[in-house]
Amino acid sequence: MMNLARWKVIVVVLATVLGLLFSLPNVLPAHVRESLPGFMPKSTLHLGLDLQGGSYLLYSVDTAALRTERLTNMAEDVRTGLRDKNIAFTELAVINGQIGLRITDPTQVTAAANLLRGTIGAPLSGTTGGRDVTVSTSGDQRIVVAFVPAAFDAEASKAVEQNIEVIRRRVDTTGAKEINPVRQGKDRIVIEAAGENDPEKLKSLIGQTAKLTFQMVDDQASPEDIAAGRIPPGDEVIPSSDGLAPQYLVKRRAPITGEMLTNAQPGFDQQGGTGALVQFRMNSLGSTRFAEITRSNIGKRFAIVLDKKVIEAPTIQGVIPSGSGQITGHFTPESANELSVLLRAGALPAPMKVEEQRTVGAELGADAVKAGATSAIVGLVATMIFMLLIYGGLFGGISLIALAVNAVMIIGVMSFTQATLTLPGIAGLILTLAVAVDANVLIYERMRDELRAGRSVIAAMEAGFARAWGTIFDANMTHIFSALIMFNLGSGPVKGFAWTLAIGVFTTVFSAVLVTQVLLAWWFKTARPKTLPIA
Amino acid sequence: MKFWPFIKVLPVRTHFRFVRLARVFSSLSVLAIIGSLFLTLYPFKAPCGGLACGIDFQGGTVMDISTAPQAADPAKIHAALQGLNLNETVQTAGAPGAAILRFEAPKGADISATVTRVEGALTKAFGTVKFASTDVVGPTVSGELLSKGLLGLGLAILAMLLYIWFRFELQFGLGAVAALFHDVFLTFGLIAIMGRFGKIEFDLRSVAAILTIIGYSMNDTVVVFDRFRENLRKYKSMPLGEVIDMSINEMLTRTIITSMTAVLALLALAFFGGPTLYGLSVIMLFGIGIGTYSSIYIAAPVIMLWGVKRGGVDEPAEPLKPQTVR
Repeated sequence: MMNLARWKVIVVVLATVLGLLFSLPNVLPAHVRESLPGFMPKSTLHLGLDLQGGSYLLYSVDTAALRTERLTNMAEDVRTGLRDKNIAFTELAVINGQIGLRITDPTQVTAAANLLRGTIGAPLSGTTGGRDVTVSTSGDQRIVVAFVPAAFDAEASKAVEQNIEVIRRRVDTTGAKEINPVRQGKDRIVIEAAGENDPEKLKSLIGQTAKLTFQMVDDQASPEDIAAGRIPPGDEVIPSSDGLAPQYLVKRRAPITGEMLTNAQPGFDQQGGTGALVQFRMNSLGSTRFAEITRSNIGKRFAIVLDKKVIEAPTIQGVIPSGSGQITGHFTPESANELSVLLRAGALPAPMKVEEQRTVGAELGADAVKAGATSAIVGLVATMIFMLLIYGGLFGGISLIALAVNAVMIIGVMSFTQATLTLPGIAGLILTLAVAVDANVLIYERMRDELRAGRSVIAAMEAGFARAWGTIFDANMTHIFSALIMFNLGSGPVKGFAWTLAIGVFTTVFSAVLVTQVLLAWWFKTARPKTLPIA
Repeated sequence: MKFWPFIKVLPVRTHFRFVRLARVFSSLSVLAIIGSLFLTLYPFKAPCGGLACGIDFQGGTVMDISTAPQAADPAKIHAALQGLNLNETVQTAGAPGAAILRFEAPKGADISATVTRVEGALTKAFGTVKFASTDVVGPTVSGELLSKGLLGLGLAILAMLLYIWFRFELQFGLGAVAALFHDVFLTFGLIAIMGRFGKIEFDLRSVAAILTIIGYSMNDTVVVFDRFRENLRKYKSMPLGEVIDMSINEMLTRTIITSMTAVLALLALAFFGGPTLYGLSVIMLFGIGIGTYSSIYIAAPVIMLWGVKRGGVDEPAEPLKPQTVR
């Protein structure tokens, strides 16, 4: 082993040069880095959110709300379907994730169930004749409509994907950089935004459902009836933010929805006012419907509803055939701009809520970098001095070179793989390097043991490497196991810690064993020592 | 340079009789484990028992704010948040104007929207407020993180048992795992005590620290075991206790040096790493200490208790192979 095999020298030199090359960008100023020739690596360490500041948001898609919403729409189909066939019913409601109703005439139950079976829900893809809902009858003239579980799961999964798509569109239009929504598990979406992004702005941009509907205001019912809860069938009460009325009674059916918009832009009131507004344009279907509605409802009001809140309820003055119009709520230029972005990107198919939020200000991140760097330097210098004191200039020095190669390789690998370096990751790095000298210690102590057992210098050195190897391997495997398990714990900073530990194990075994060996062999060849300075 | 390098003046071979004291120390360890378990669990408060539960596992919100140049007057903060129904606690610490705000969003309220409201209320009351960091963990996620964390600890111990079993013998694995349980329980005890003084919270970082300790303690145990196995083969007629003593003594220099380098690095982290790394490094410092102790006083005696299969006569010392130097 003490023979200076050529391949070992080549591997060590190659690894060191590559390590240096890939860690180099970290110490170069940005403009020098940019002007490097194309073949040179340019990527620096990828700092975690806790080091560069930023926000981590974990959303869960509310599939229960999605189910209720789909069923509520379906209940309207049930209502119109049965009414068209003159089948009387009562107690139509969405409860416990299904639609329930009661047919008034017992003889019509079977007919009603059959009618619903053929018309409610959508055909299942890939099967013959099946639909995504089941219609079942039970005693007491009741009919229950529920989703086929697998069909709903598929739909929920699709909704999560569409949510991600919508978020991406919203984020892209604002020009926010490096924000990439990622799906996690069944119904979760993770968003990481680095740097100076305002988490509150981000949350209102991402989290808002932004479901826009135009619904006719029902002026027939008296305010007393509404107050007493006597709401006409097919109507609903929606709270208002227009400052004119606390709530509006509107028709449930929404002839125009946000999907029919082709464009939305912020603008200003041209008629002398100073208010900001949102101008929109509809597609041909929307335009046709809007023209129809405005033609047949002159003098009546329609409500512009955003996320179950009326933002405006204008009175129809005349026919609007062009399919374009404007929303004048109580906008500031910023909120008008935000709503335009949301409307252009489209509504989220399923509502979401924040499950976890971690925000670190850029200033705190910079402090963390400073703290991490200081403790890293102090810790490493202390370790190095200690090793020099214990093992002297030659053996101590060799372990320091191995340590330096190790550090360079870890930083190089982390820069190359763009693994995230977090503050706990820096701790892992320091600890890895401090414990990396353990391999050197094991080798040196073994050599001393062998010398004492009466072996020659060369034999002791041979045995030192050969016998310490098994111990070093086993001892480092234990770190790999704990790192692997930590990696599965989730949470960014802890993952970063695990990642540094794991990379460190490989570079440690390499540098402590191979680098030390080549250096010692080289020393042995040139100095031809009669004894070891550590004996 | 008489004292340099130090290694030359360190005793060449120590002859401590560790095994003789094993009974005393293992009894002490058992007492310490019982004490730690009690502190960890009592007063049985869900979900973390006697540990100071961080928001990772408990859920809730922690906001690090600064109202500088104004003083972060807790009364003013409470007044600003009145009506939000948060039951918030305010802790002023460190720099002037800095405060740590903890609260739980009212049941059913959107946790993130609550943060938005709190930020609004504080900004209104103080003019400009800097929000250095905000951590919000919802009840679903905190439950998941806790079970993931505990599962991780269990898996780590199991993985170590299997690995040692695979590389050595079952008795070795059991000895190693006994040492691991010892280390993990005592570390929990430390977290519980430090938690009572408001120094360390039990959160994901603590779990990561414990996992690192598991790795480190195993590393130490493996090194001792390796020598132990070697000596068992070499000295087949020597009493087991003596082989254990000899192996530990032979590795003692290494054990001390490696622990020292780790301690140096961790001290640097604890002093210069800031509040985030403080808990992590203190837990690991403690763990390095007991990890070293347990390899000597827990892992090896357990093997002695169980005994190992041995037999035959002493192996002759390995013949010296002729060496060639190129």
